[in-house]
Amino acid sequence: MKTVLKSTVMAAAAFGLFAGASASADDLTVVSWGGAYTKSQVEAYQKPWMAKTGHNIRSEDYNGGIAEIKAQVEAGNVTWDIVDVELSDAVRACDEGLVIPIDPAELPAAPDGTPAVDDFIPGTLSECAVATIVWSTIYSYDASKIEGDKPTTIGDFFDTEKFPGKRGMRKSPKANLEFALLADGVPAGDIYEILASPEGVERAFKKLDTIKDSVVWWEAGAQPPQLLADGEVLMTTAYNGRIFNAAAGEDKPFEIVWDGQVWDIDLWVILEGAPNKDLAMDFLKFSTSTQALADQAKWISYGPARKSSAPLVGLYQDGKTEMGPQMPTAPANMKNAVQNNFEFWADHQDELNERFNAWLAG
Amino acid sequence: MTVKMVSFNLRGVMNEGNATRRESPDGHVRFVDVQKSYDGETLVVKNLNLDIARGEFLTMLGPSGSGKTTCLMMLAGFETATHGDILLDGKPINNVPPHKRGIGMVFQNYALFPHMTVAENLAFPLQVRKLGKADVEAKVKRALEMVELPQMGARRPAQLSGGQQQRVAVARALVFEPDLVLMDEPLGALDKQLREQMQYEIKHIHENLGVTVVYVTHDQAEALTMSDRIAVFNDGIIQQLSTPDVLYEKPENSFVAQFIGENNRLNGKVTAVSDGDCRVVLEDGREVNALSVNVGGAGSQTTLSIRPERIEIDPASTLPNMLDGKIAELIYLGDHVRTRLEVAGHDDFVVKLPNTQSRRPLHDGQPVKVGWRTEDCRALDPFGG
Amino acid sequence: MATVSDHMTPGIGQVAVDAPLTAADGTPLRKKLAQANRRARLRATLLVAPLLLFVLITFIVPIGQMLVRSFHEPTFSEVLPRTTEALKQWDGADLPDEAVFAAFADDLKDAKENRTIGQVATRVNYAYAGSRSAFTSAARKSTGFEAPYKEALIAADDVWGERDLWAVMKRASKSYTPEFYLAAVDRTTDVDGNIVMVDDFRQIYVKILLRTLYLAGVITGLCLLLGYPVAFLLASLPTRTSNLLMILVLLPFWTSLLVRTTAWIALLQSQGIINDVLVAMWLIDDDSRLQMIYNQTGTIIAMTHILLPFSILPLFSVMKTIPPTYMRAARSLGATPWTAFWKIYVPQTVPGIAAGVLLVFILAVGYYITPALVGGQDGQLISNFIALHMQKTLNWSMAAALGGILLATIMVLYWLFNKIVGIDRLKLG
Repeated sequence: MKTVLKSTVMAAAAFGLFAGASASADDLTVVSWGGAYTKSQVEAYQKPWMAKTGHNIRSEDYNGGIAEIKAQVEAGNVTWDIVDVELSDAVRACDEGLVIPIDPAELPAAPDGTPAVDDFIPGTLSECAVATIVWSTIYSYDASKIEGDKPTTIGDFFDTEKFPGKRGMRKSPKANLEFALLADGVPAGDIYEILASPEGVERAFKKLDTIKDSVVWWEAGAQPPQLLADGEVLMTTAYNGRIFNAAAGEDKPFEIVWDGQVWDIDLWVILEGAPNKDLAMDFLKFSTSTQALADQAKWISYGPARKSSAPLVGLYQDGKTEMGPQMPTAPANMKNAVQNNFEFWADHQDELNERFNAWLAG
Repeated sequence: MTVKMVSFNLRGVMNEGNATRRESPDGHVRFVDVQKSYDGETLVVKNLNLDIARGEFLTMLGPSGSGKTTCLMMLAGFETATHGDILLDGKPINNVPPHKRGIGMVFQNYALFPHMTVAENLAFPLQVRKLGKADVEAKVKRALEMVELPQMGARRPAQLSGGQQQRVAVARALVFEPDLVLMDEPLGALDKQLREQMQYEIKHIHENLGVTVVYVTHDQAEALTMSDRIAVFNDGIIQQLSTPDVLYEKPENSFVAQFIGENNRLNGKVTAVSDGDCRVVLEDGREVNALSVNVGGAGSQTTLSIRPERIEIDPASTLPNMLDGKIAELIYLGDHVRTRLEVAGHDDFVVKLPNTQSRRPLHDGQPVKVGWRTEDCRALDPFGG
Repeated sequence: MATVSDHMTPGIGQVAVDAPLTAADGTPLRKKLAQANRRARLRATLLVAPLLLFVLITFIVPIGQMLVRSFHEPTFSEVLPRTTEALKQWDGADLPDEAVFAAFADDLKDAKENRTIGQVATRVNYAYAGSRSAFTSAARKSTGFEAPYKEALIAADDVWGERDLWAVMKRASKSYTPEFYLAAVDRTTDVDGNIVMVDDFRQIYVKILLRTLYLAGVITGLCLLLGYPVAFLLASLPTRTSNLLMILVLLPFWTSLLVRTTAWIALLQSQGIINDVLVAMWLIDDDSRLQMIYNQTGTIIAMTHILLPFSILPLFSVMKTIPPTYMRAARSLGATPWTAFWKIYVPQTVPGIAAGVLLVFILAVGYYITPALVGGQDGQLISNFIALHMQKTLNWSMAAALGGILLATIMVLYWLFNKIVGIDRLKLG
């Protein structure tokens, strides 16, 4: 099977179908999510690294998931070197041997000498991946559309009587089931324990049922700010960085409700068989240094994965917005927060995806 | 063949502003002052007055663009007259839609419905008239027998030869027993031999059924063969309306003379008119006598028309008109020899010599005398003028 | 030859039958003809060879591979060969014996070494939800396991004491499996190997397939209904005008599919142009704006628009060849305009209708981007679920099985279509 696939790919390459193959072999290929997020990485990691080493970087965008990584590695035609992935994907890619293990001892220590292993926020280092940022799924509303009391809790998101109007949600069970249980009164700490039982899943879907008719489902991260701006929805779940950039960068009257946020991390992985493995490793070390992570926060409101970066976080690029309180990791925002449990999702996503889709279609 | 309407004012019908209203007790179709324009600037049909008698076979003959097909389409109801009335059995039909006129029509390319069998094609006009099933079957059978295709009912049109399709088209136009049938160049797509055969068949069907037929063609031989009367169209006007023999032998103007049959033309100027005859001086100065048909007074231009078979070469007796000529070409055509001569400065002067035993040998370049009688030479309006 | 010779004089006929005809250079005529034909065939083959190769490499081979994937899934036996072998002996009645556990523990060590345990974990997790982490953590601890392995594994995680899990593993150890096709029609095998429906709340694919066919049917009907008059108009106008209008029909083809779909979002959304106009005209209340997008309505509207040219073009090309005299003939024979149209014109456009219907339906059944963007929750088609399994869940075998079912459905429909309409009557352009 694999050999047939491989020969097909090679034959297709011979036909010149893979334009990417023509890139210079010395260029490091860095793959990320595009938009404001990639821009922050270009400014904080790529430009300084290119200036320092003299190597070139070819930046590519993708939509997440490990489908493309798997296809490249299985076909033996790897063109990407280093990819920005979510934690559950990093773990899965690692388990399936698609990415190489990374020894955390090789990572640079904090300026004060704290070894990297201790400097990274617990849970952000894994066998094959090194975290850069903490991001969060929150919900946001258009302050100009709501008069009187503003929503403040995750429960308000599910309360269409108090705040009548459409809701935007990501078309995926991830985060939504957590939100539903949180809104139903489950403490943040017990979420995954409850979700692991059939009754817990039942309870989450029941809560989702209460707003199902009012939901507009989104798929790409760029959609929720647009839905809010168009007035299509009154409030929507979203990635906090996207909302922040719309609010601070484009002066939209969007407010973030941090209560019940589900936070997660993004990590670098290096592909098995990457053409520039050593360069990729060098870039990974450079970009996960204390200063680089702190610099990135100037461009987007995602929290640095190193503790030592936090004090160095300054102002947004507009020169006036203090970035500290905008981070998911800011203590005020972490009061009722859930960390995405990658192991739970690795175990249950097949089943829950199916059920979620059946629920949607029903 | 009986000519249904013998008396007819030949001049009266055709010229604008000179239309004659004639009442005909047996008039089946009447065009009264009909005009047609597509673009609002030019008239395709200029001022048409025409009576067609019941049971008549009338042909509209003319070159393309002469207005004949437009007339037929107005009669069928696919075009509306810009001005004037068309009457069917005395009733104006300008506002009657085509399907209520009850007129059969045969189209140029037959327009047999390709998705139906021959029998279904024939049954169609009966079915839309809501006839009973048995009735339909009987009539279809009879129609197929009439056109001698009794076994072809189950075939599709594409499986028939051109001639067979033609017959089916005729049968379909007749199967619902209309008393008026229009035919728009129905034989145009057939080869010569088949065309001639079909001409006779259509003629016989017409005679047997006694329906009125209005037939459009640009083929004068076809028109002469089939028609009771022919209306010669040119430039939106009926140039002459008459029986075939009159049209051929007594053309009223130089267009008709030229369009119907073969014709020799000689241009000249009238010098004197008297008692139905006139003297005409030709371009080379010779003078001839002609029948004064369509000329102005002395001094006006004229075109003389002489049929090729009415000219004698080296005539035995003296004829009123004798000119010198030289033989330019001899073409042997079996029943006659077609002889081209140079006469009076023209090199396209044609004489048909019947292939009789008394025929004398001729050869190219031989100087001869050509002669004709005054009554065979018609002085008409100047051709092309 | 024989019949010809019958009419010939006996002498000549004899020659013609007995001695084979020869060409001028003496070779037998039959052979010479074959040679000449072979050269012509070879030339034709060479001319189409590049395309043939292209289609083979980019179309047939990948589709074939995908279809194989839908029933051939050898991950388990490749990664855990000893366990696979040992499980063959297990009768499935009770927990497997120590030999199976020992083989499994050995395989785990190798899998840990080769970092391949994730593939098996994923594979088994399709059928036994929640077992993934048990595999990965067992692999991590594999170096610490010692005999008796049965107790050691069960001590590490209770799940290894579940007979059902081992039954699922035994099924997964077989490389050829109907499992994905069963799942694609909302069925599964229970622990005893019987085929049963999946739980109510997980049943989805049959519903989606039916909905896909239904929506494709509605869209095809709308395309025909809207396209027929347009094609009729185009065919009856003078060439100059119809060419101009044809450009308008084709205009959407020059814009990207995404742009067109996004334009529909701007038009149809509840704060969109159409709703704004309706509100401005006092036709609807500001609070009761129509929900025309992110549901089936949105999918139908946007896809009808996008696929409309595919029904107009074949209709137009057929109508263009129907001379107006047929309608006139029908009218002259006494048919009302409607009868003439319905009985004479429409039947002659059947080849165009058939081509348009087939094109639009097949395109609609496989449509993906537009329903993904405007379909919301109930406007999704089967392709969106194929994409889901390709891109998100990475269950390519499941995607392949769904694709296989879609392919089979289309082939059945095509066969039916051929039976009813006749494929030789098709006129695509």
